[in-house]
Amino acid sequence: MSCSGNKGAKDTCCETQNQPTGLLDASESRREFLWDAVKNFTFGALTLTVIPMFIEKADAEEVHTGKDGKETKGHTVIFGYLVDTTKCIGCGGCMLACKKENDVPDGQFRTWVERYVYYADGSVRVDANLKGKFAFSELPPINPKEVLKSFFVPKLCNHCTDTPCIQVCPVGASYKTKEGVVLVDYEQCIGCAYCVQACPFGTRFINTKTQTADKCTWCYHRIQHGEKPACVDVCPTGTRTFGDINDPESEISKALAENRIDVLKSYLGTRPKTRYIGLTAEVV
Amino acid sequence: MMPHAGEFIFPNDLNGVAWTVMIVLYPYITGLVAGAFVVAALYHVFGRKELAPVARFALAASFSFCAFATLPLLLHLHQPQRAFFIMFMPNFTSAMAGFGFIYSFYLTLLAVEILLVFRTDIVAMANEKGVRSLLYKLLSLGVLRETAKSKEIDAKWVHALSVLGIPAACVLHGYVGFIFGGIKANPWWSTALMPVIFLASAIVSGIAMLIVLYIVFSKIRRVKVDDECLRSMMKTLWLFLILAVVLESLELLNMAYEAGEEWHILSRLVTEKLRFSFVYVQLIIGSAIPFVLLLIGWMKKTGPRTRVTLGMISGLLVLVQVLSMRFNVVIGGQMLSKSFRGFVEYIPEWQGREGILVAIGVFTMPFVLLAAVSQILPVWKIDAHDHQA
Repeated sequence: MSCSGNKGAKDTCCETQNQPTGLLDASESRREFLWDAVKNFTFGALTLTVIPMFIEKADAEEVHTGKDGKETKGHTVIFGYLVDTTKCIGCGGCMLACKKENDVPDGQFRTWVERYVYYADGSVRVDANLKGKFAFSELPPINPKEVLKSFFVPKLCNHCTDTPCIQVCPVGASYKTKEGVVLVDYEQCIGCAYCVQACPFGTRFINTKTQTADKCTWCYHRIQHGEKPACVDVCPTGTRTFGDINDPESEISKALAENRIDVLKSYLGTRPKTRYIGLTAEVV
Repeated sequence: MMPHAGEFIFPNDLNGVAWTVMIVLYPYITGLVAGAFVVAALYHVFGRKELAPVARFALAASFSFCAFATLPLLLHLHQPQRAFFIMFMPNFTSAMAGFGFIYSFYLTLLAVEILLVFRTDIVAMANEKGVRSLLYKLLSLGVLRETAKSKEIDAKWVHALSVLGIPAACVLHGYVGFIFGGIKANPWWSTALMPVIFLASAIVSGIAMLIVLYIVFSKIRRVKVDDECLRSMMKTLWLFLILAVVLESLELLNMAYEAGEEWHILSRLVTEKLRFSFVYVQLIIGSAIPFVLLLIGWMKKTGPRTRVTLGMISGLLVLVQVLSMRFNVVIGGQMLSKSFRGFVEYIPEWQGREGILVAIGVFTMPFVLLAAVSQILPVWKIDAHDHQA
């Protein structure tokens, strides 16, 4: 309200404005003090809890959209991984290299190779190479004419964009780096195994040595220095390609652009960054 | 543990399931907490005065189970020394992160309600002489005087806490169901019905446990079982049993009727792997039989002695039903390899931190605490105003 109205109004208005604060009675100033305390407390609580949540959210969004990856040569790096199943010969060298590079305990796997055999009667037989050196289980003696087709599918963490494992980790020990790599903080993991349950791809496990959740890191210790993951380096047929999907000139970006690309269990909406060439509906 | 020929499970599943018997026990104990509280609330909030003989005991039972609800989780954690990270650095996108807060809130609510319900007795005993009174002085929180006004205020608080405790119990157990229901990777778990199913079965288990304990304690104390009270509990149990079983069946029926791409493996899970624990124990022994027994049990014509027998048998059967339901959800869900081409073998272990022996030990503890509480506090006393009524 302005003070320039009619006289009566002006008087009332200005009187209120000019009233010295010292004239407020004790109960009023106490009420004011309490009100201030409530306001300040609420503001403080909001600052400490709600606002950081939004900031965190904003960070996560940036990773999704690739706005804030690791700066290299003037652009942001988002890592991706491509498996060309048409090239895999099922040797299992990748799995052995991974075990050696990452000290993965016996009986546990950060990567493995599956074999799919399609028979003329419509059945599909699946097994996995868990020992390396082409060591799949013995197939029953069959007439080669009964087999329609057969191929290998290497599996590893999908480093999903919308990760169920990070979502369910109760202490935030599972997290995503700026480059989109999904990792576990072994010092923070409480070993509840909720992430093991939440991962749709069976790539997480409780490491029997460290007693924490464990999974493929895309050899984060190597890729930080410009090297490739051990499995990619060791593959004799170039089945596995790794690189910056934010760089259109990278080998992986070109392969992603030129081929028909699929991901595992796309219906779950996790948007994996490990992608495949040559999948069939039977591969899950 | 190699899968059968033609089957395939993901290699990391060859080591067995990640959640074992402790995670079966955890929702079982939590359910008993919620269920027992509901009985107390039926009395305090919904005016079911015939439940007066067990109203105080129900609170004590709820508290005793609640006190040990976290122990199975602690035994399960692979890094138990980091257990409190869940409260100090919670990740709120995780359903599990709320656990510490919901649990602490509920345990506190129960403790306060018990102290208020028993306040008159605590104050009276605190004012007596002798060493024993020291304990009651402690429980009285140092206030050794009661006035008509203070009693009135306490009664209001008891009512308020009982009212608040109902949604809190629903949150506590609904949340446990959500832990499973929110896992889209697992088609046996991933259903919005899961929290409701857990809640219904929690109430069922809590009432059944109270029926069994009421009868057992009455035998020990050599007092007659209050017929009206038992009948009322059996009727309530019968109602909630129907609700729980209908929900459980609807969930399965829906999966079978829709017959999505995972049904081929889920149907085998139900009919082969869980045939004994699901079809025989959960559905027939634990649901169909108690349904009939309870129905006969709560009918007016049935004599008091028959009612006690029927109550005891059906109570125990329902307790087995809920335990098997927890098993079928927790272990059954993990038997399903996410390859959806084979099953993970579950071989229960007897010894070790997560073994069956320790689980039995853990499950014994709430009963020991309850026995102790019933020695310290007059859990069988009926509130004065209801006695007159």
